[in-house]
Amino acid sequence: MSPVRRVLAPYFLILPGGLWLLLFFVVPMVTMLSLSLQEGDIVNGYAFTGHWQTYLDAITAYEEQLVRSLIYGALATIALIVIAFPVAYWIAFYGGRHKPTYLFLLLLPFFVSFVLRTISWRQILTDDGFVLGPLKDIGLLGSSFHVLGTPFAVIAGLVYNFLPFMVLPVYVALERIDPRVVEAARDLYADPATAFRKVILPLALPGVFAGVLMTFVPASSDYVNSAVLGSSSTTMIGQVIQAQYLTNSDYPTASALSFTLMAVLLIGVFAYARALGTEDVMKVAAR
Amino acid sequence: MPPSPRNLPDPMVRGLTRQRLGRRDALRLSGLSALGMALAACGVEGKGNPGASAPAADAVAKYWAGKTSTKKVDFACWPLYMDPKQPELKKFTAETGVKVNYQEVIQEMGPWFAKVQPQLSAGQSIGYDLMVITNGIQFKQFKDSGFLAPLDHSKLPTFAKNAAPAYKNEAFDPGNVYSVPWASGITGIAYDPKRITRPITKLADLWDPAFKGKVGMFSDTQELGNFGMMVLGLNPDKSTADDWRAAADKLKEQKSQRIIRNYYDQSYIDALGKGEVWITQAWSGDVFQKNVSDGTNFKFVIPEEGGTIWTDNFAIPSTAANPVDAIALMDFFYRTDIAASLAAYINYVTPVPSAQEQMKQDAAKLSGDDKASLEDIAESPLVFPAESDYAKLHYYRDFATAAEQQEYQRIFEPIVLG
Repeated sequence: MSPVRRVLAPYFLILPGGLWLLLFFVVPMVTMLSLSLQEGDIVNGYAFTGHWQTYLDAITAYEEQLVRSLIYGALATIALIVIAFPVAYWIAFYGGRHKPTYLFLLLLPFFVSFVLRTISWRQILTDDGFVLGPLKDIGLLGSSFHVLGTPFAVIAGLVYNFLPFMVLPVYVALERIDPRVVEAARDLYADPATAFRKVILPLALPGVFAGVLMTFVPASSDYVNSAVLGSSSTTMIGQVIQAQYLTNSDYPTASALSFTLMAVLLIGVFAYARALGTEDVMKVAAR
Repeated sequence: MPPSPRNLPDPMVRGLTRQRLGRRDALRLSGLSALGMALAACGVEGKGNPGASAPAADAVAKYWAGKTSTKKVDFACWPLYMDPKQPELKKFTAETGVKVNYQEVIQEMGPWFAKVQPQLSAGQSIGYDLMVITNGIQFKQFKDSGFLAPLDHSKLPTFAKNAAPAYKNEAFDPGNVYSVPWASGITGIAYDPKRITRPITKLADLWDPAFKGKVGMFSDTQELGNFGMMVLGLNPDKSTADDWRAAADKLKEQKSQRIIRNYYDQSYIDALGKGEVWITQAWSGDVFQKNVSDGTNFKFVIPEEGGTIWTDNFAIPSTAANPVDAIALMDFFYRTDIAASLAAYINYVTPVPSAQEQMKQDAAKLSGDDKASLEDIAESPLVFPAESDYAKLHYYRDFATAAEQQEYQRIFEPIVLG
């Protein structure tokens, strides 16, 4: 190999990945950043003016939705941990040879489109549908009682839709635990609760950590659940961004809100990783 | 190639994979200026030609020159705007041999404009040769962007003969340069008398805490803003920015007290059907059609404070593949028998006054319930409003400038968006 080619080889090696990132990540990002700083309207076109004020205006107008999205995302993530951990635990330790079947059953509903599944919940839970209707008829619920349109419905929708993204990483972490480690804990006079707390939980935490990242970020920016199951008092920031892009053609506001959301989520995730970095968590738990 | 000390990758490459400090400032500077240039280069080109309400004299001839029929019209319309059996379109196909692909793809004007704008802007077909669009903000955007084909009136003889004079000179498109009406309608209140026992008469009923969580409003900012203004006794047509802010406050009150369930597009009628809302802002004909098709008994009222009247219009997108048959179909809907048949089903105001006489004649040939129902429609103020009915109705505000319209949108959008 000639010296020239040797020098150039690393560049060629990163070329495919680099081009991919440039085309599908850098270009859209720069375009969006540019859009967020433009002024104008859809008929006459938008032109770049470096108008940072858009960020301030957008955040002031939609602060409530931004905060609400983060709260819904956080609540959904907590609920996901509570629900997914026992499921993953049971499959990993008691699933036996049927483990693949259980995992398949868990994923089965997700072969149907995300939006369609959410709409079917809307049919089930509708105000006078087959769940609430009879309860209202026998007088258990007031005639104006409803589940749809409440924050509960939206958060429940988020939990339902993101469940596999929490179960699977936790399952993978639990599945890797060597049963002999747990046996050793029992041999050393740890009762089952202590063995769980001191051995299983710390070893499962990396999975939970990954699960939180995989659910909190998309749940906070989701716009389908709130649009289908929510009401005007549960609007999330994803819906605002979607409407600004696709209803009002107000590209600068939509882009500014997208960047704001991204920044907030990045800061949140970094802070989370910093404060609860898996190694530190394990150190604390092992104490 | 194993990295020997001599052949370590260039620092530039290393910097992409590892943390490094050298030359960072220089890179950052050059990166920033490159970014700056890239940012400024990504402007979104507009197609604006505002103020040119009438095209140049030869625009019509220029547009229509060389256009030929493809024997297939793709027609974009709204739900509940035609008998699902499409008798009028079948007749058109039987008489002309032109197939019509009728799609109910438009639910609200904002999303529709946003959806087709990129293709129209790039001069590409949107897949439709004919569309029905409401007068209002987006109509003006379509028109000002040059997205509508100028109509060749030599191809619209039936329109010239049968359309009511009022529909030949509407403020949003004087002289029908780009559009001819499909139907007009009234925005009022619909409610379910099974759940609301007292009579609904005024807009203030939409603010009644007794219906907490069961009130629907439109997500279209013009529809919403109009009701906000009218409940305060203001006339939307002549409103000012101060009126808009007052209306917005009134609407926010309805929202913060959780009286409103949600802001809807055309799906409001399903929400009413499912009992999700008991009382809602509504379009006149929908309620009638819902009652006919689902056997419901919803009521539609024009509130005491007034309703609004709007017009949905046929228009041909400038990039249409088959404008020739599209304009023929437009003209076909102005035939008295076709207009009567359509209006009898959709129950919206028809721009063809002779349809009333036709309906009465048709009714005479029928018997029993069918006869009574068609006679009712022929006398309905919702299909053939009298002069006195119009007195209660308000028109949409026309926005003179883009800035004015943006101000309006920025006042009402945050309400709809939660």
